[in-house]
Amino acid sequence: MNANALPELNKDEIKRYSRHLIMPEVGVDGQKRLKAGSVLCIGAGGLGSPAAMYLAAAGVGRIGVVDFDVVDFSNLQRQIIHGTKDVGRSKLASAKDRLLDINPHIQVDVYEESLTSENALRLFEPYDVILDGTDNFPTRYLTNDACVLLGKPNAYGSIFRFEGQASVFSTKEGPCYRCLYPEPPPPGLVPSCAEGGVLGVLPGVIGVIQATEAIKLLTGIGEPLIGRFMIYDALRMKFRELKLRKDPECPVCGTHPTVTTLIDYEEFCGLRPAVSEEQIAVATNAGSATEISAVELKARLDRGDQLKIVDVREPNEYQINRIPGSQLIPLGEIPRRYAELDPNDEIVVQCKMGGRSAKAADYLRSVGFKRVLNLKGGILDWVDKVDPSQPKY
Amino acid sequence: MATKILIPTPLRPYTDKQEAVEASGATIGELLTDLTTRHPGLKAHLYNEQGKLRSFVNLYLNDEDIRYLQKEATPVSASDTLSIIPSVAGGSR
Repeated sequence: MNANALPELNKDEIKRYSRHLIMPEVGVDGQKRLKAGSVLCIGAGGLGSPAAMYLAAAGVGRIGVVDFDVVDFSNLQRQIIHGTKDVGRSKLASAKDRLLDINPHIQVDVYEESLTSENALRLFEPYDVILDGTDNFPTRYLTNDACVLLGKPNAYGSIFRFEGQASVFSTKEGPCYRCLYPEPPPPGLVPSCAEGGVLGVLPGVIGVIQATEAIKLLTGIGEPLIGRFMIYDALRMKFRELKLRKDPECPVCGTHPTVTTLIDYEEFCGLRPAVSEEQIAVATNAGSATEISAVELKARLDRGDQLKIVDVREPNEYQINRIPGSQLIPLGEIPRRYAELDPNDEIVVQCKMGGRSAKAADYLRSVGFKRVLNLKGGILDWVDKVDPSQPKY
Repeated sequence: MATKILIPTPLRPYTDKQEAVEASGATIGELLTDLTTRHPGLKAHLYNEQGKLRSFVNLYLNDEDIRYLQKEATPVSASDTLSIIPSVAGGSR
């Protein structure tokens, strides 16, 4: 934007932003660019919290937040935009209050909806930078594709346990997320934060990297994280930088794109099979023979059925809650410890929510176990429906 | 000749929680064969049913994507480091 067309700063703003204004790299012009700038945060969670707070403090003129979740006690360990008093409120209401408390000079627009192929282009359109802080693959591919189609940069961040990744995707000259990962992993192969856990300060580091990149893009200063992939390991306190290339064969940003409109991302990520209803019915019936619900399991145990329960979570999770009589064999140890189990027994495998145990069940069947059932909904369903005296996590 | 391989957090359950392991081979393909022999649990995460490297797992030799080198035929030496970079989606909930 032409410097003459930039909005003026009033006296209060000049006082507030003085530590920016005295740096020549930002200065009055840079601060005005921030005021004229806008960032849309996808998600007001672990990454979106610190990112939006710093963007608000820095004076980004318009901040949008997309979320549809409600604040829960288990969010507070890392989602610092929300407080204990906000538990039960919508994340958007809580986030908006906090952002305007940090800086009343900015505009905060909230969108209480899940991001879909139908609304993404409309939601992204008014913003200069999109900040991807979601928690699932379909939304990440959707965000990427919408950014490429609209020509908007994506300040990307992703976290898992102690490790984070960050980059700036979808600029005109740089690679997009699909250049790096053309396809998503099949569902269940990569656990979510809810299953895998996350160190609370980790999204702080990664979210602030995303905010830093957004500020650099808006002000045009420094060397943006384009064509570079930053990997942060909190335990070893190491940053590594990998080279990214724009893939000429990329289906979205390549020279002959095959994806020119937004698609069905649930289907793309294998979460909703592109098959007929008949096939789904057959698959569901086949699936039901390999699963057991918490209530059924309790009934069968009460009846005295001989069931071997194998808990495939990690020992620290087993410390929190467990089904009485279960044996702990973490998923990663199954390939070398399955001999501890009797292939003739009827086995129920179980984890926190049912994802890891589904993998364990597949593995056991592949090595010849005939009667393996996966506990649907994992220990969480067991606690909800059978034994509410145990804690949940 | 042993080359260092950095294992990302999601795959550490399959390497006895080790963040770095060693494997031997003159090329990336040979390294991976040795790696998955030593740690069989990794195999399903690195290769698909057809025995091809999965497209959501990226391999970097030092800081370069092996897709832009000679892929699995890329020669390696003991001073190199191979990194496995899987896609992770976490961030919000």
